Amino acid sequence: MSRQKSKLQGAWTAKGKRERAESINPVQDHSYEYPHGCPSPQARMGGSKGDTRSSDDQKDDIPVENYVAQHYIENPYLIGGRKFDLRVYVLVMSYMPLRAWLYRDGFARFSNTRFTLNSIDDQYVHLTNVAVQKTSPDYHPKGCKWMLQRFRQYLASKHGPKAVETLFSDMDNIFIRSLQSVQKAIISDKHCFELYGYDILIDQDLKPWLLEVNASPSLTASSQEDYELKTCLLEDTLHIVDMEARLTGREKRVGGFDLMWNDGPVSREDGAHDLSGLGNFVTNTHLGCVNDRKKQLRQLFRSLQGQKKTPN
Amino acid sequence: MLQEESDLALIIAQIVQKLKGSNLYAQLERQAWGSWEKRILKSLNSMCTELSIPLARKRPVGEQKELLNKWNEMGTDEPDLSLFRPVYAPKDFLEVLINLRNPNYENGDSHSFRTHLGLIQVPLKVKDIPELKEFFVELGLTAGQLGIDDSTQVPPELFENEHVRIGQKVLSEQDSAAAQQYIRQGSPTALRAELWALILNISSQPEDILYYEQLKTNVIQHDLLVDSLIYKDVKLTASNDDYYFVFEDYLYQVLLCFSRDTSVLGHFAYNSASPPKSYIRGKLGLEEYAVFYPPNGVIPFHGFSMYVAPLCFLYHEPSKLYQIFREMYVRFFFRLHSISSHPSGIVSLCLLFETLLQTYLPQLFYHLREIGAQPLRISFKWMVRAFSGYLATDQLLLLWDRILGYNSLEILAVLAAAVFAFRAVNLMEVTSLAAAEAVLADLSTLKVMPLLQIFLFATVT
Repeated sequence: MSRQKSKLQGAWTAKGKRERAESINPVQDHSYEYPHGCPSPQARMGGSKGDTRSSDDQKDDIPVENYVAQHYIENPYLIGGRKFDLRVYVLVMSYMPLRAWLYRDGFARFSNTRFTLNSIDDQYVHLTNVAVQKTSPDYHPKGCKWMLQRFRQYLASKHGPKAVETLFSDMDNIFIRSLQSVQKAIISDKHCFELYGYDILIDQDLKPWLLEVNASPSLTASSQEDYELKTCLLEDTLHIVDMEARLTGREKRVGGFDLMWNDGPVSREDGAHDLSGLGNFVTNTHLGCVNDRKKQLRQLFRSLQGQKKTPN
Repeated sequence: MLQEESDLALIIAQIVQKLKGSNLYAQLERQAWGSWEKRILKSLNSMCTELSIPLARKRPVGEQKELLNKWNEMGTDEPDLSLFRPVYAPKDFLEVLINLRNPNYENGDSHSFRTHLGLIQVPLKVKDIPELKEFFVELGLTAGQLGIDDSTQVPPELFENEHVRIGQKVLSEQDSAAAQQYIRQGSPTALRAELWALILNISSQPEDILYYEQLKTNVIQHDLLVDSLIYKDVKLTASNDDYYFVFEDYLYQVLLCFSRDTSVLGHFAYNSASPPKSYIRGKLGLEEYAVFYPPNGVIPFHGFSMYVAPLCFLYHEPSKLYQIFREMYVRFFFRLHSISSHPSGIVSLCLLFETLLQTYLPQLFYHLREIGAQPLRISFKWMVRAFSGYLATDQLLLLWDRILGYNSLEILAVLAAAVFAFRAVNLMEVTSLAAAEAVLADLSTLKVMPLLQIFLFATVT
């Protein structure tokens, strides 16, 4: 098979369908061979919900490997000279119609070494997943994560609240559009739910980029804070799954989860959607905001009990 | 005649009292500081001899180039620091303060002090709650506060929006005095960096940037023993902190330059301490060969880097960050680790803390004393570090807003007492110092402003 010169320019990363984080390799040389199929340079969606085009080469008996190539972001936003990415949790209760919840907490994961394009071979610099960082000789067991609240405050003190609002609403768009793009492809089952871990990278212009969506986000904890976040996340997920049938189904917030999409945008204000499009619409997302979930859950369940006692 | 005589006697008595007062503390300070200083220097010199490292040396050219290349990522260096020890830790300093005694003091002089059961035995004047209420009047229940009235349940129209608008106006008019008054009610996150710079009179002029670059050159060319102490401190404290680890590189860039900044020596004019001196090799005792060591006269102790870490949250340009830190140090932080009778000095803060506790929470105070857990032993480290590393960053910044606004560190003592008051119920049940420490180990969930307000304005006294 002759080598075909790829039309890809600049730096790219390539991920295979079944591969996990450890085998992501940033590549610079654009004369790499992609023997099967053609990776889609436009796709920014990786992981198992991505492109599942099958190849015509089945008669070759070589297993088909699909890769998604993403443009490498050369100007990531740096804090303390370090590169980081954001981990955000999205719970999807159904695809048809699309119902999705966004968890208020999440974290920023930092690379332990300082960012520079000179060391593209150093995977410790570029790959921020804790799974990879754990193997770096520099790794401090305390964990190199910031809770999203801290990250949001840091950005607000540096760029002002408006810029931060814009960034976070751009992220809302990423979540919704990515789910909408696979809405038709995923089998919708009323009895299924899925908790996704979204990985987002911010560039120096405060633009968010979707790196990938993980269908099985890691739930192991790297610190006490991490442990609390993940246990609360799971608890609230199960509250929404509602096996005990306590909820009315009209809730817009359960613990740390805010209802982000309910077959249409969900507004922060109570009452009907503002369908006139007059721009007073504020989405019901509170990523990186105060998460007073215990209090909210107490109030919620108390009022639900009250409703039960007075059936109408 | 009699009247004149007695008037004269009164005047003379007053003058004597005044003289007594002024010399008293100066003498005390000098003695105490003198012996403490000797100890620190001795420790530094012995480390020097043990490790056969000179206090200062010029770097070879190769090393200079390497350091220059690595300037923005000194945190990646992992030098062998195992043999270095911090020169002293806050608890060593506390022992010195506890042993401060006034040789001229007669027990009959002050009734209230005779019954003081805390660790500090120096009868300085400290404020009581009525005086503190007056001093901190803007923190009262009827005024809006950032840290309370900007929480999610409170509609922003009630206070926050207007407060932000006023802040923007103050900034646009560049009114430093107005900014200081304004910030007593807290600073909005987006305006804080500029407001602090305005209050501290920092404006990044080209000559300031040039000055910083010169200090940087100094660092590149010469290696000081204190550099290793700074490295060690950063690695032990800030790098291990869940939030400040990110700013490790900035801390080196600030602290290494700081130790070479001779303009810092200026603050010794109003500090009762004097900068430690060292002598050129072979010329011990000859004043012409005396140099201040380190050049800025400040020997870092364990936890020193935590003074800088919160500032990294606000300032990202190294020379500006440096200027802000230096100004904060010469205005406030130096008082936290030098002996003086100033109301914001650490001795006064300790005494204020103990007095507040003993007067307004006597049951708690006596209980803790009984079980061998003198409250100051726990709160001292909070005050010495101005709570940096103990509170969540956003809360810490709200606290430091008030330090700037009131130009006083007394709020640290009040907050320390308020924390004890808040956890009083749990503290009453403990039976050992270790258990008391455990109850007060984690302050990261505390909200500073409600605690202060409740303690000062809402507790029945």
